[in-house]
Amino acid sequence: MSPTAKKSLNPVPIKDRMKVPRQLMPEQTACERAHNFEEVNLGYSVELAQREAQRCLECAKPTCTENCPVGIDVKEFVQRIVDGDFLGAAAKIREANVLPAITGRVCPQEDQCEGKCLLSKKVKPLGIGYLERFVADYEQRMGVSVVPSAPPTGKKVAVVGSGPSGLTVAGDLIQKGHKVRVFEALHEIGGVLVYGIPEFRLPKQIVREQIDYMRKMGVEFETDVVVGRTVTINELLEEEGYDAVYIGTGAGLPQFMNIPGEHLNGVYSANEFLTRINLMKAYKFPVYDEPMLDLKGKSVAVIGGGNTALDAIRSALRLGAANAYVLYRRSEAEMPARAEEVHHAQQEGIDFQMLTAPVEFLSDGKGWLRAARCVRMELGEPDASGRRRPVPKEGSEFDLPLSVAVIAIGTSANPIVQSTTPGLGTNKRGYIQASEENQRTTRKGVFAGGDIVTGAATVILAMGAGRRAANSIHEYLTTGEW
Amino acid sequence: MFKIIHAQFLAPGIKRFVIEAPRIARKQKPGQFVILRIYEEGERIPVTIENSDPEKGTINIVVQSAGKTTNLLNTLETGDSILDVVGPLGKPSEIANYGTAVVVGGGVGTAMAYPTAAALKRAGNRVISIVGARNKELVILEKEMREVSDALLITTDDGSYADKGFVTDKLRQLIENGTRIDLVVAVGPIVMMKAVSELTRKENIHTVVSLNPIMIDGTGMCGGCRVLIDGKSEFACVDGPEFDGHKVNFEVLVQRNAMYRDAEKQSMEEFQRLQKAEAEESEVCAATTGARQGEQR
Repeated sequence: MSPTAKKSLNPVPIKDRMKVPRQLMPEQTACERAHNFEEVNLGYSVELAQREAQRCLECAKPTCTENCPVGIDVKEFVQRIVDGDFLGAAAKIREANVLPAITGRVCPQEDQCEGKCLLSKKVKPLGIGYLERFVADYEQRMGVSVVPSAPPTGKKVAVVGSGPSGLTVAGDLIQKGHKVRVFEALHEIGGVLVYGIPEFRLPKQIVREQIDYMRKMGVEFETDVVVGRTVTINELLEEEGYDAVYIGTGAGLPQFMNIPGEHLNGVYSANEFLTRINLMKAYKFPVYDEPMLDLKGKSVAVIGGGNTALDAIRSALRLGAANAYVLYRRSEAEMPARAEEVHHAQQEGIDFQMLTAPVEFLSDGKGWLRAARCVRMELGEPDASGRRRPVPKEGSEFDLPLSVAVIAIGTSANPIVQSTTPGLGTNKRGYIQASEENQRTTRKGVFAGGDIVTGAATVILAMGAGRRAANSIHEYLTTGEW
Repeated sequence: MFKIIHAQFLAPGIKRFVIEAPRIARKQKPGQFVILRIYEEGERIPVTIENSDPEKGTINIVVQSAGKTTNLLNTLETGDSILDVVGPLGKPSEIANYGTAVVVGGGVGTAMAYPTAAALKRAGNRVISIVGARNKELVILEKEMREVSDALLITTDDGSYADKGFVTDKLRQLIENGTRIDLVVAVGPIVMMKAVSELTRKENIHTVVSLNPIMIDGTGMCGGCRVLIDGKSEFACVDGPEFDGHKVNFEVLVQRNAMYRDAEKQSMEEFQRLQKAEAEESEVCAATTGARQGEQR
C-alpha cells in the first residue's frame, strides 16, 4: 500500500486542470448501435484515462467519496491512474466495491460522485464512472488476482438473491472468512444485472466475469431455488445450519396501470419484455427458443421515464421497431433515468413524448393491441414525492397507433419470502422492515437490503445496503449479539 | 442438472418422468407445478407435478408433447438430465373437508388433478373423479385415480373406451341425479374448464380451475402469466394457478396463450425438419459411425 502523502505525478498544475476538457467516452455511432446489441460505450484507452484522471483537483475534503453509496476512495484511485498504477487503482476500488466493472457502467454518477465534483461548479465534472470502468476492465484484461480471505470462522451465511446487493454481501463476507452460499430463483446468477439491464448497457460477459471472480474467492451458488417455496428461511436457519441469512430478493412484481385493455396481446410489463430479451435471449430466436413478438417495422411505446423504460424502448429499437416512443407523464426534468441514457436514447432516435399518458389500450377486435388512447398532461402542484403532479389537459385525447406497449411504471414487493417467514416484519407496502443503519430485520439472524427493503432503486444503492449488511452480519457472527 | 431416474410413456405423446429433485420433493403440495428448461438455448415452461417422494427425493412430472420443448423433452430417457427444474411453484390447492368433491381431469390435466384428488380424499371428502380423454389410448392414471376416488367416471370423445362423450356430460348427470356436490376441481384444456365452470355456475357449486398461461420466471417477477379474474389482473404463478372458475375470463386466457402461435409453429417445424434430417442421417451413418446423440437442434 502506498503512503497517503505520496507526491503526485500529475504533470498538469492544479490551476490548469479546469482547462483540460472532459475526455469524451468513445462510443458506437448512434446509427450503427441502434441496430445491434453491442455495448454503446467502448471504454477509455490508457491515454484518455490518464488525461481525464489528470483533471482531478485533489480536494482536501473529497465530496465525491462522501456522495458514493459505498464510499469509494475516488481521489486515491484516480491518483493511481495518473501514476500509471492501474492495478493499484483497481485494488483501491475493490476495498469498497466488489463489482467495479458493473457500477462503472450503470451508476447514476451525475447524482452521486460526479454530481458533487468541485469541477462541476465551473466545467464538466471528472469522469469518475468512466475511470472506474477503465480500471475494472484493465484489471480484467490483466487477470484479476484473488484477494486472500481471512482465516475460516466456521460460520455459514445464506444469501437469498444474486443481484447487486446479494453479490456484495457474498463478496464482503467471504473475505471476512465466512462460508457463503447464494440462492438464486432463476437459472442464471446476477438478478437484475442479467434479466433486466440489456447487453448494450451492461454486457453479460462482464457480469459473468465478476461472478467467476466470486466463485474463485470461494462463494458457492445454487440456482433454481425460490426461497419461500423450494426452501424457507426457517429451514435454512434451523435445518441447514446457516448462522445468518441475508434477503436481497429485489423489487418483485411489476405494476400495471389498471386501465382498460391492459390484457391485450402486445401489452407487456417491462420486466417480461426485458427478461425475454436479456435472460432468455429472445432477440436470437429461433437459435434460442423463447419467442417474442416481431417488432420489425412496428410502432412500440414504453410507458415510464426510468432506466427500465429506456432499456426497454432502446431494445425495441434494436429489434427493428420503426417508431419507438417514450410516453412519460411528467417532463424531461423529472425523468428518473440516468442522464447519459436519456442522451444516448435521443441520439438513437427515440421519440420522447413528454407530459403524455395512456388512458386506454385499444383492441383490433381480435385481442391484439391497435393503439393507445393518450392524454396530454400539465404539471400542477408538487406531490408527496416532491415532484410536480401531472394533471390531464382537458380535450387533449389522441390515439397513438401501436403494436406493442411496454409498461415500465415500477414494481411492488414480491411477497413470497415475507409470507413464508414468521416474525419477519414488513411495512404497509409489503417491503421488508430493516434498519437503515445495519440492515437487521425483526427476525434474529435475518438481514435484508436492496429493493426488497426500499422499493425499486439503483444498483449502487442496493450495493450500499449490501455493504452495510455484510459489516453488520460480521459483527453479529463475531459477537453473537442481536 | 436434474437427473431423470425413470422415464416412461403413459400414452402416446404423454410421458412420465421421475426426476431427482430433493428440495422440490420435500416441499411439493397438490396443485403446485415446476418450471423447467432443458438446455442452454431452451425456453422455460411450466409443467405439472403428478406426485413426489420426499424420502427418495424425487418428483414425478407428466408431459404431453405439444410444441418443440415438450416434444424434445419427451425424447429424453432414463439416465438423461434436465438442465433446470425449479419449484414447487404456485399456491397449493386448498384442501379441506368440503363434503363431496368432484375432481375432473381432462387429458394430461389428470396428472395435476390426481394429487389434489388424493389430498381431498385424505381430508375426508367423498371424492368422485371424472377423467376425460380423446380416445382409449389417451386415458392416463386410471388406476391411480381409482385408488383415491369413491367413484371414477371415464369418458372418451370417440367412445373407444368407457362412455362416449365429455366430462361435462358426466358432471351434468351427477347434478341431474341430485348428487350433492360441495366442490368441483377441474384441471385440463381451457375449453373443458370453461364448460365445467359454466355448468356449475348455474348450480352455484364452488368450482376451482387450474390455469396454464404462458410463464417465464414463475415467481411473479415478469407478469407474463397475468389472467383476468373478476375483471382484475392476477398472476397465475403466485396468486394461482388455481382460481375460482366462475370468476375467470377464459377468453382472455385463450387469446393470451395464442400470442406466440407463429413463433411456436416456426420452432416446431424447424424441430421436425431437424428430427427428420437426423433420422435420415443416422440411417446412413448407422453402418459406420452409429447414431449421433444430442444434436437435435
